[in-house]
Amino acid sequence: MNPDLMFEFKVDKENKTITVTREFDADLALVWECWTTPEILEQWIAPKPWRAETKTMDFREGGFWHYAMIGPKGEKHWSRYDYQKIEFQKNITELRAFSNEEGSVNPDFPRTNCSNDFKEKDGKTMVVVTAIYGNLEILEFMVKNGFMEGLSASLENLDAILKLKKGQESINSKPF
Amino acid sequence: MESRRDVFQAIADPTRRAIIALIALNAMTPNAIAENFDTSRQAISKHLRILTECELVKQEQQGREIYYSLEADKLKEVDQWLEQYRKIWEMKFNQLDDVLSKLKKSKK
Repeated sequence: MNPDLMFEFKVDKENKTITVTREFDADLALVWECWTTPEILEQWIAPKPWRAETKTMDFREGGFWHYAMIGPKGEKHWSRYDYQKIEFQKNITELRAFSNEEGSVNPDFPRTNCSNDFKEKDGKTMVVVTAIYGNLEILEFMVKNGFMEGLSASLENLDAILKLKKGQESINSKPF
Repeated sequence: MESRRDVFQAIADPTRRAIIALIALNAMTPNAIAENFDTSRQAISKHLRILTECELVKQEQQGREIYYSLEADKLKEVDQWLEQYRKIWEMKFNQLDDVLSKLKKSKK
């Protein structure tokens, strides 16, 4: 929640592309670790009050991450990210899909092609996520029916929570 | 799910976006709309049909003419999803800030 850190969200409706650019106050190695280690990914990838739980992860080209987003009532949405291309500490290109618990891709939804680019500058790391959606209707699904239930309310509290957390970091932090 | 028209698909086409811009100001008949384009009347009718199926425009019979006007709320919906989606990313990355700062501390 550092206001000095760049955040940009661009929508190109015509090309069904969303580009999210974000700067992180950490070196590239650490940011890369957060993107590629399931135990760490789980800590941030799900917007609260949802949480993520990994079933399997095989982080290599041709491998995939199979995980569930778990809602406050215990409801589960399974997803699968197939790694198409990995360039160490530079780029991860993945094909995102909804799946079932067994990892079979749900054919009712188009997949999302997502490219994550990483670059370090002056001790900070810039990440550019470029997501190309088969159709943007999938956003409607994600926002309306899935993950995001109850999100708006929790978002309003977020600033306050984060401020509080900063003060208590040493109390709340669990060792890795 | 597949058979239903997608609002984004509707607005992805430049002619349909131009139609939306036109009728946003005034309800118009298909003929009046078509006069603004080089394409055929049939092509405009097809675009209007797609826009109607997506509930982006509504039809009203006035006498012998059918007038098309914009369903502004539906268009707003699109931006609302996008705004929600933007917030989700913001939130995820704020969580990541938290994780990063913890990791940094534990590695010192």
